[in-house]
This record gives sequence, structure tokens and C-alpha cells, in this order.
Amino acid sequence: MGECKVARVLGKYPGAGRDKLIPILQEVQEAEGFLRREAVVMIGRHLGVPTSQIFGVATFYNQFRFEPVGRFHIQICRGTACHVKGSAKLLDTLKRELGVEPGRTTRDGLFSIEVVACIGACGLAPVISINGEFHARVTPEEIPVLLEGCRKKSREVS
Amino acid sequence: MPVILDNCCGLCTHSPASPCPQAVECLSDGPLCHSDESCALKRESWKTAVSHSGKKTPVIFVGAGTCGLGAGAAATMVAIREFLEARSLECIMVEVGCIGLCAVEPIVDIELPGRPRVSFMEVTHDRVGVLLDSMLVRGEVPSKMALCQFPGSGEPWSGVPLFNEHPFFAPQTRWVLENCGIMDPVSLDEYMAEGGYRAFSTALRTLTPDQVCSIVEGSGLRGRGGGGFPTGRKWRFALNTPSGSKYVICNADEGDPGAFMDRAVIEGDPHRLIEGIAIASYAVGANNAYIYIRAEYPLAIRRLKVALEQAERNGLLGTNIFDSGFDLHIMIKMGAGAFVCGEETALIHSIEGQRGMPSPKPPFPAVSGLFGKPTVINNVETLANVPGIIRQGAEWFRSKGTPNSPGTKVFALSGKIANTGLIEVAMGISLDEILFGMGGGIPNGKAFKAVQIGGPSGGCIPAGHTDLLIDYESLGAFGAMMGSGGLVVMDEDTCMVDVAKFFMDFIQRESCGKCIPCREGTRRMLEILRAITRGYRDETPEQSLERFRGILNLERLGQVIRKTSLCGLGQTAPNPVLSTLRWFRDEYEAHIFERRCPAGVCTGLLTYSIDEEKCRGCTLCAKKCPSGAIKGARKSPHYIVTQECIGCGACLEVCPFGAVKVQ
Amino acid sequence: MKITLNGRTMEAREGETILSAARRLGLDIPTLCHMEGLPPTGTCRVCVVEDRKTGKLIPSCSFPVSDGMDIATHSNQAVAARKTIIELLLASHPDDCLYCPGNGTCVLQRYAQELGVRQRSYSGARNRINLDVSSPSIIRDPEKCILCGRCVRVCSEVQGVSAIDFTGRGSSAQIGCAFNEGLNVSSCVNCGQCVMVCPTGALTERRDVDRVLKALDDPSMTVVVQHAPAVSVTLAEEFGIKPGSEIVDRMNAAFRRMGFDRVFPTSFSADLTVMEEAHELVQRVRSGGPFPMFTSCSPGWIKYLEEFFPQMLGNASTCKSPQQMMGAVIKRLWAPASGLDPRKVFSVSVMPCTAKKFEAARPEMGDGAPDVDAVITTRELAEMVRMFGIDISSLEGEEADSPFGERSSAGKLFGASGGVMEAAARTAYHMLTGENLKELRIEAVRGLDDVKETRLTIAGIELKLAVVSGLGNAGRLLRDIIDGKREYHFVEVMTCPGGCINGGGQPFLTDPERVRARMQSLYEIDRNATLRVAHENRSIAALYRDHLDEPGSGKAHHILHTTYSPREVLR
Repeated sequence: MGECKVARVLGKYPGAGRDKLIPILQEVQEAEGFLRREAVVMIGRHLGVPTSQIFGVATFYNQFRFEPVGRFHIQICRGTACHVKGSAKLLDTLKRELGVEPGRTTRDGLFSIEVVACIGACGLAPVISINGEFHARVTPEEIPVLLEGCRKKSREVS
Repeated sequence: MPVILDNCCGLCTHSPASPCPQAVECLSDGPLCHSDESCALKRESWKTAVSHSGKKTPVIFVGAGTCGLGAGAAATMVAIREFLEARSLECIMVEVGCIGLCAVEPIVDIELPGRPRVSFMEVTHDRVGVLLDSMLVRGEVPSKMALCQFPGSGEPWSGVPLFNEHPFFAPQTRWVLENCGIMDPVSLDEYMAEGGYRAFSTALRTLTPDQVCSIVEGSGLRGRGGGGFPTGRKWRFALNTPSGSKYVICNADEGDPGAFMDRAVIEGDPHRLIEGIAIASYAVGANNAYIYIRAEYPLAIRRLKVALEQAERNGLLGTNIFDSGFDLHIMIKMGAGAFVCGEETALIHSIEGQRGMPSPKPPFPAVSGLFGKPTVINNVETLANVPGIIRQGAEWFRSKGTPNSPGTKVFALSGKIANTGLIEVAMGISLDEILFGMGGGIPNGKAFKAVQIGGPSGGCIPAGHTDLLIDYESLGAFGAMMGSGGLVVMDEDTCMVDVAKFFMDFIQRESCGKCIPCREGTRRMLEILRAITRGYRDETPEQSLERFRGILNLERLGQVIRKTSLCGLGQTAPNPVLSTLRWFRDEYEAHIFERRCPAGVCTGLLTYSIDEEKCRGCTLCAKKCPSGAIKGARKSPHYIVTQECIGCGACLEVCPFGAVKVQ
Repeated sequence: MKITLNGRTMEAREGETILSAARRLGLDIPTLCHMEGLPPTGTCRVCVVEDRKTGKLIPSCSFPVSDGMDIATHSNQAVAARKTIIELLLASHPDDCLYCPGNGTCVLQRYAQELGVRQRSYSGARNRINLDVSSPSIIRDPEKCILCGRCVRVCSEVQGVSAIDFTGRGSSAQIGCAFNEGLNVSSCVNCGQCVMVCPTGALTERRDVDRVLKALDDPSMTVVVQHAPAVSVTLAEEFGIKPGSEIVDRMNAAFRRMGFDRVFPTSFSADLTVMEEAHELVQRVRSGGPFPMFTSCSPGWIKYLEEFFPQMLGNASTCKSPQQMMGAVIKRLWAPASGLDPRKVFSVSVMPCTAKKFEAARPEMGDGAPDVDAVITTRELAEMVRMFGIDISSLEGEEADSPFGERSSAGKLFGASGGVMEAAARTAYHMLTGENLKELRIEAVRGLDDVKETRLTIAGIELKLAVVSGLGNAGRLLRDIIDGKREYHFVEVMTCPGGCINGGGQPFLTDPERVRARMQSLYEIDRNATLRVAHENRSIAALYRDHLDEPGSGKAHHILHTTYSPREVLR
């Protein structure tokens, strides 16, 4: 099934060169949630780029992951404005509440944390985004509430 | 909806496939090739039709930039729709970009037929009813919610300040942000009705690439992304380098934390950027251009895609544009999250599908850039300035700003300041005016301490120096830099050592890891800063010696990193530390020698104790304490064992009686 | 164009870098990342020099000269910056120089010494990364890596293999294989060119000296050593003797001092290879292909072919390499003939090569037990010579042992790129015409060019020949062949640029000048030799007579030929 998704992405780039590597990685990750080893090898064969170099590129950029994100992917902005407004405390609270470090996914697969350099919503600092939805001027006290909201949502769905 | 460049009658032969050279001019001044009153009228009616002002029904504009949406604009729009449906009111709702005053988002504007458009602030979904009830039903402005009204036809609203008299907007010179928050960003019609793409068309039809370069050189426009290199000169280098193919890259990888003007421009006025790119490409002879934009800006990417598609469909981009023989294709490249890719050569490698590691200059990209071809890289704000310069001339551009830094600059205000948001001002304005005028000063009665300008590459300007007039030179002389124009304000509660540590942590994580001074040096500097902000309870004698030596090393390391690093990121990496060391040496000394943090931020240096008088023995703090340092029996005063306290501050947060004291 | 360097005005060439101008003036500016012949990356910043007009520090490796430039290469500022950079590297470097394989050859160590680093100025956290011992040839210690990137560049830009690349970013950047796997599952061909360019002890060969010492110490073992043609012309450099000196006789003596029971030159089995390979070529010429036939003596090349061009495996000669022919002959023919139990024979080979360690371990290369028990590099041999306290310069030369001590100079030429081609052509000519070539020397395949081509008419048949060294060049040539852009009958491929004289097991600090000297030395041996063709080697003739019948016979195939198969790796 996974092979299919990757092949579909690659099918959009016939005869592509190295400059299409990052767009392809982005699309494959979009389709599969993360970069599987087999996917990386397939991309390498398609583009004629060595796997070592694809791995080098994928580990260079923050965006690429080698394990699936949680159902709720939490991005926390660690830009300057957010820092001045207390985002370090937010991150601490998140880590404590979820018991995982940034870049990792909780064992139940529900949450993953990603630290982003700056979301560009400095006027609303501190900001976190859950599955792309922004939450402005978040306080540490609100974190458990937000997380519980997510848990509730996931229970409702299942 | 009318489609621009529609043929007015059988005499008009324009089509994107066989374009009329004067299509853009003809659109507003036409018909040019024949004379027909009814064709002229068609153009007039088209202009009225695409404009959102002067309508017969009320128009509601919702500020739906990322910041507006973050503040709840999506819910606001849902509430507006529900309100309108419930009352069967007919209204036009338009999503616009951001007007710049993020502090009072969500912002909603309403224009009632025949009256000026009014801006309302903090229109969260729960306040929609009050607002619409007042405006649409009763025809009254709820004055408490009103921000300002725009000059326009009809009787002005009383008690509502005019846009150009409002303290936040009045001192601004809005050139780049002209349309942001006003116009529908994804309406090519609206952009063109206001004279959009005239500059590009003029350049194509009447100017040689050399002349375009000359005009931009004459305007004195300098790169708004950081270095401030003269844009026209950069273009000329590329123009003069013979090559079969050349490239223009728009750097929209706005990585500086604290800067978001590029995002605002793209979200609020994408066609202005596209026009700027088109002119730049014509000026250097590039047939392919890239917009390298951060993946963190999904909304901006979406709007840009729509705008590009509109431009292509209407023959403003593509092959043989306006029958000039000039081809241009603009592609979007999404960044994948690396601050260093804001650096020109790193960005180029990223587009090429490589790791974004900078390479040595020379050769400069204008000579050998993307795929080894001459490449011009300008940032969003720079390119967004170009259409205005071509349309109104170099002299017009020089009429604002200072002789060495003409024109305007957009600044992003954030941090401990009342009016967070975006402002565009003429260069040479004083920092005072920005911070305490438009910015509205420091909230909560706190004292201003410093402002960080230029992001992680910049420096801080402390209280007492805010009379500084801002331009490239004065900032450089002050040890700061323009950067992309992020201004992060800090008050007395901000610890400058902590700020320096924050930047060092950022740079250290974002360094590409290629050159040794930046990779290893910033890491050591961060460790030194961590050591001086760490608690002393568990410190060994060796560690305290290291700490004392560390401070000596900070400056030395800073100088070496600055002088020997490969790229701009590395060369400016020590700036935050060097700059805070220069202005706030006393804070560093308090951390190192007295082992205290004057601002009370560095938790490792704080000592916590419990006020016996206030403690009720509720045991909350003892339960919360992660190191078990709080002892005491239920219902009797607790105490903290200092040796075991790790200084996390959990007790302080949890105590309902304010019994925990910090020193 | 005139520039001033340290107060001396000199003529500089348009487009050259400050570093290149300075080196012509005899000024050595330290650098850790510079690679001759490749574009600069400006990674290490150690080569910064001061522009006296602006007071700025600029990287001499990448900065082009301009007219009127005034440069101070060793100003206070420049030296202090260099020292700080070295100190920063040391701060995140293991402190175990005494235990490091790079001790004594490490460039970082040398610069620390030269710049007067006498105390630990900076300290802090180091990256903890596991040693990669998965490869039979190469050990990688990423903790000792300073990320100069030379190995990455040689692996991708010179060899076209790209088994390794930078991974991660910032202070957690490191060099590794895809998915942080070991070298053994990567596309690494074990050529060791990365080891040659590594300035520290982060990349070294797998050390097999101890296994050899143990065998030497075992009285029940007959320890036989073979040494490759390119070893005797490089070993001298390890002992400060002029590059290119041929010391094979003294080397023979040294082997015996260390306790080796028999010493055979691999050049002998190179002659054997020539017989088999020339015969195979003749067969293919007679039967019409498949063409081109590729040589098979270079194990890095063979693994490369198995990984990257499995569809071309049928084109490779089935001949084993000289090392493996000698190994098979020793254990399977010589030992029984000499009344020795092959299990009591320990076969050592000294090679200029790390890939030979991998080759000896291939399952096809033995008869139950491996034919070659231990492979050591030129560097390891030098280590043993030093360990045994042997003063190589004062040794009295000795002859190799019989029955495999005799070699033609054709077999000796195997050490340089083009040598196999030249040797095989000489013998193939004889096989087809019954006569020797009038001019044995084939100039067109000599020298250090990437690709060398020539045509040779034998008995009315014109053969198109090519010689290529460096796998990057080989890969390009191969693609051209597949695309039909080039056509040959016989192609010699050497993994390392220039051939075995520049192999991955050779002394460190190999530079083009040294490689050239070693090559000239081999050519001189050939010029002065009386026995210059493999088919006139009487010991070879005896071997065929006693054991192998004739070239290409069933017996010969059983012992001297091998098979290849496609190889799935992370590539």
C-alpha cells in the first residue's frame, strides 16, 4: 500500500533531477506521514541520487521525520517574541504532560511535539499550533485543557 | 466575476495566446487601439465592479492573515455567516490580509453603502453579534469597538478616528503594505484596477533591462533582508554576466524569529510581489524565477499559488508576455525548515536538492548561482518595493528615508510592547517614535529595558539610546543591524543573559554544522552561558572555575566566530552575546559573581523559601515539588530544604496563598 | 597580476587562489579541508589569512587573488584565529592520542603542536557516537571526525560511490551512511580512499597485524607471505627514504627477520593472471565477445560492478585477482605438493589496498577455509617492521623464495594504472601471433590520466583498449559504453586513481608527486628487466606443466577463476 503511495508521487515526476528531491520528500511525507526507509530507497532509485545523500538531506531539514507523527501534531514556536513571552515554560509543560521530547511521538501515537523556529505570528506570542490550527497567547495552565480537548476529540471519533 | 483582459468588442484582438502589448494600459485607460464610448464605459463599469467600495450592499472585510486566524478570525467568519443567515441579511464578505495591528486581532472592517469603511478591533466570534447588530441593523458604530475609519466618500462617522490620524497608522508611510488588510489579496482584478502590473508592462514595453537596472540603482533601494546591499547593483552584476540562462530567486524563507513582514505581504498582497519578481527577472534577463518560501507559512503559500495561477492564466506570466518576446515562469519552492537557508548560497543549494550548507563567496550568486548560472536573490520586501519605483520613479522613492537608506522599512513589533504588529515607516525615524509612539510603549506599567533588532544576527539597543534614528548605517554603527526588521521589545522582567542564551541556543541548533568556528564555537558559547545561569548548589570547584574562565572566553570566541565563519549566519552569530555584554555587563556580572538573576528569570539561580506567616500547610507545594525538597506536616507551615531544591519554581506557581518567596 | 604575500611581491595567475599562490612561493598555510584538484568548500577556516588592506580574515583556499592584493599569511590575528579554531576542535575531540591509530600521522595533532596549543582552553560536551566496526576493511570512529568532509568528497566526487554523507545539522552533524547504518550494508567498496584523505584517526583500516603476529608465534604454522607489486615501491616512504625507491630485496629480508617462512611476490601470480586473462581475451576475440572485457584484479571495482552495474557482470573477466590466485596456488597446490597440511599454512598478503581485506573474506575465495588468511596494508607492514626493530635501510637484500619467486616485469607493472593492460597485451599478442610485440612498452596506457585509450592490431584484428582509474571515471565510462557512445574490446579498471600505487592501504600523505615517483619506479623496473613478458616466466610454465595443464584449462578454471553476483546494498 505504502509502495503505491510513493510510486504515485514519483509518477508525477518522470525523468526528474536532483532539484526535485526536496519536493518529492515533502510529498511522500505528506502522503505517508513520515519517511520510510523503503520510500527513501525508492526515491533514490527514481532520481539516481545515492540513499546516503537523501538521508543527509532529510536529516538536515527540520521538516522531515523518520517516525510517524501523532494524531495531534503540536508545533510550538520558539521564536524570540514567544520566548520573551514565556514559550520555554510552555515547552516544559508540554514535555511534562506528554512525557516525550520534541521530535518524538507519544507511545499511544496520539501526540507528537515539534519545536519550530518561528511560525511568524509573533504578534500573538506565545503560539502553539495543533494540526495546523493556531492557538494564541497560550499559558502553561491552558496546556492540559488543550490536550484534554484533543483526547476527547479522539475518543469521540473512535 | 469579470475576468480581466476580456475583449471589449470585436476590434480587440488580445488573448493570452496572442497578447496585445498594451493590454495592461488598455485595461484602465482604454480602449487604446480604437475609439468607442461603449468600450470605455465597459472599462469603467468593470473597475466599479471589482472594487469593494461603493457597493450597494454592506461589505464586511475580515482580516484573515495568519495572525488574524490565530486570534480567531475563522470562528468570527462563521459567526458572521450565521448572523447574516439568521436575519437574511445580504452582505458581501471579503477575506483580506493583515493591516498590521496584531494586538487587536481579529479585525473586521465594515463599509455600509455610502459611508466610509470602519475598522473594528478584537471582533472575536462572541462579539460578532454586538457589532453586526449595531452596524447592520441599527446603522450605528459601536464606538468602543471601533479602531478607525478610512477616508472615503460619504459622511464620516463621528467619534471614530480617521485612519491617517490614528496614532498607530498616522506616522506610517505605507508603500509595501499599501494594500495589506485593505484589498482582497487573491483578486487579480482588484490589484489591476488599482494600477497593478502597470509597472511591469511599462518596463517591458518602454525600458531596456539596462534602464530598469539604472532606475533601481538610482532609487538607492537596498536589500531589505539583512545585509542592505544595493539592489540595482546586484541586478547589474547579473545582467552583465553573459549566460544562456539566469535566475531570479525571491527569498521568502523568513527565518528570523520576530519578523513576519514577508508573510504579511504575501498573504495580503501577493500580486505586488509577483510583479516585483517579474520586473527583476526582466531586468537581469531571467526566464525562470523561484519563490523559496517556508513550509511554515501554509496560508501564504496557498494565496501565492492562487495569485500565480491568475497571473499565468491572464498572460502576465508565461511565454512571450505582452508580445515582448520575454518569457517568465515562476515556481514555488517550499523550504523544509532550516534557518540557514535564508543565506543566499545555502538557499541555492536547497533549491538544487542539496543540504542547505553555504559555500564560499566569491563567486557571488550574481556571477555563479543556481545550477551555476547568474542568479539574483532578493527578499520579499525588497521586491515588493520595485513596482512602486518603476511606476513612480527613483526620485519619488528617494523622497522618503535618508540619503543612504532611501524609502521605507517594515518593522515587526513583538515582545513586551502594547501594540504588537507590523508598521511601515520612512527610514530615519527614531526608535522612540516606533516604540513609544506607534508601539504604544510597554504594557503593565513595566519599565523598558532594551529592544532586539535584526533577529539572531542583530543586537540590542538599550534604554537611553532609543533616540537613535534608524537606518542601515546608524544601526551598524551601534553594533546592531537592520536584519529583516524584527523588533522584539524587552522590559525589566526580561533577563538579558537569558536572551543571549536563547539566541545562542537557536543559532547553535540552526547552524548548518559545516564550518568549524560556527559549529563548535557557538556550542561552547552556549555552554558558557548555560553554566553562568545554572544553579550553584551542585557545582563542583572545577565547574566554578570553568564558569569564571568561561566569561573570559565569551568575548574571544565571539570575535573569532565573527571573523572566520563561512557565511553571514556564522559571522553574525555572536552578535546577541557581544551586544548584551556591551550594554548589560552588570547583568552578566550579577549572574557570574553574585550568582543571582536580577530579572528573576534564570530559575537555576533563584532561592525559594516559604513565608511561615502565610503558609497554611495545605501540602500542595510539597506534592508538586519534583525533588522532594519541601517538608512539613499537614496544616503546619512548610519549609524548603535549599540543598535539595532544584529551583524549578513549581511551588511558586501552585501556592494559593502566595507564601512562596523568591530571591 | 601582482600580489604581495608577507611583504614579498610576486606574480600571481588570474583565477588562482591565495593558497595556490602561497604554495608556489613555498609558504605552507595550514588547512584541514582543502583537496587538490577539487573545488574549495571553505569548511575548516584554518587557512584564513589577513587582508592587510582591510584587516579582515579571508579563507586562502577559496579566495581568488586580485591585482594589488596585500596578504599576511601568518599575522598575529590570523595565527590566533587558527589556534582558536584548532582549540575548538580539540574541545570536542577525544583525548586519547596515545591510543589513536592516527597518532603521529594526524594533521590535527600536528597543527595543535605547531600552533602551540599547550592547555585545554575550552571544554564541554562531546558527541557520543558508536564506532562502526561493521566493515571488514575500514573502521570508522565518528567521535574523532572533525567534519572536514574530505572523505565524503572523495567517496562521491572522485569515486562516485557515495556510501557516506553528512547527516544531521549544527553541532549534532556527523558523517555516516544512510539511516546511520554500518558501512557493511552501505555501498562502500572498501577502497580506502577516505582513509587516505582523513586528517585524523576517524577512518582507519581494520588492523590485522595481531592475527599475523599470532601465526608467526605458532611453531606449528607455516607462515607464507605474498606482497603486491605496488608495496615495494612505497614502503620506503614510511621510513623516510625517497619516494619511489624500490626496496623489494630488503623487504624480503625484513619478512624473514620477522619470521615468515616463505616470501613470494604477488607479481608472480600477476603473471599467472596475465596468462589466464590474456587467454580469456583471446577466447573472446575468437568467439566474438562479450565485449568489452573488464579486468577483475581490483576488488573495489568488482564490488562496485556488483552493486551498481550488475547487468555488466558478464563482461568482467572471471580471473581471480593476483592475490587470490596466489592464495589458491599456495594452499591448494603448493602446500600439498610440499607435504604441508593446508590447514597448517597461514597465508598472509601485504597489499596497498583495504578492499583486499574484503576480497580475501569473500566466500568464493576459499575451499572451505579462506585461501588468504590475513591481509595487511603497506602501513601495517611498516608498523610490523618498526615493531620488530628492523632498520630497513641497513638491511642486506635477499631473494624471494622458490618456486614462486620469479616474476616478469609485466607482473610488476600491475602496480600502476595501465599495467594490467600492458602486461596482458604483451601476452595476448604472443598467444595470437606466436611472436612478441616489437615495442613492448605501450606508452598510451601509461601515466596518470583518468582515461587512456589506444588501439592495438594483433594478427590483423584491431583491438580497442581503454584504461581507467578512479571509480568515478569508471562509472562515467561504463555509462558511455552502455549508451553506445564508446566501444572497446578490453578495459582495465583500477578502483583508485592512478592504480595500486595510490591505493587505500598506502602510506598517508600521498600526494600526486609521490604517486608519480612510484609510477616511474615501476616503469624503470620494466625498462631494466630482462624478463618482461609473463609467458616467458619459467616458473609459470612449470606451474602449468605440473598442476594446471594450460591457460583456460578445467584445472585452471577450478583454481584461478571465480564468479560474481549482483549485490543488494543501501545505495
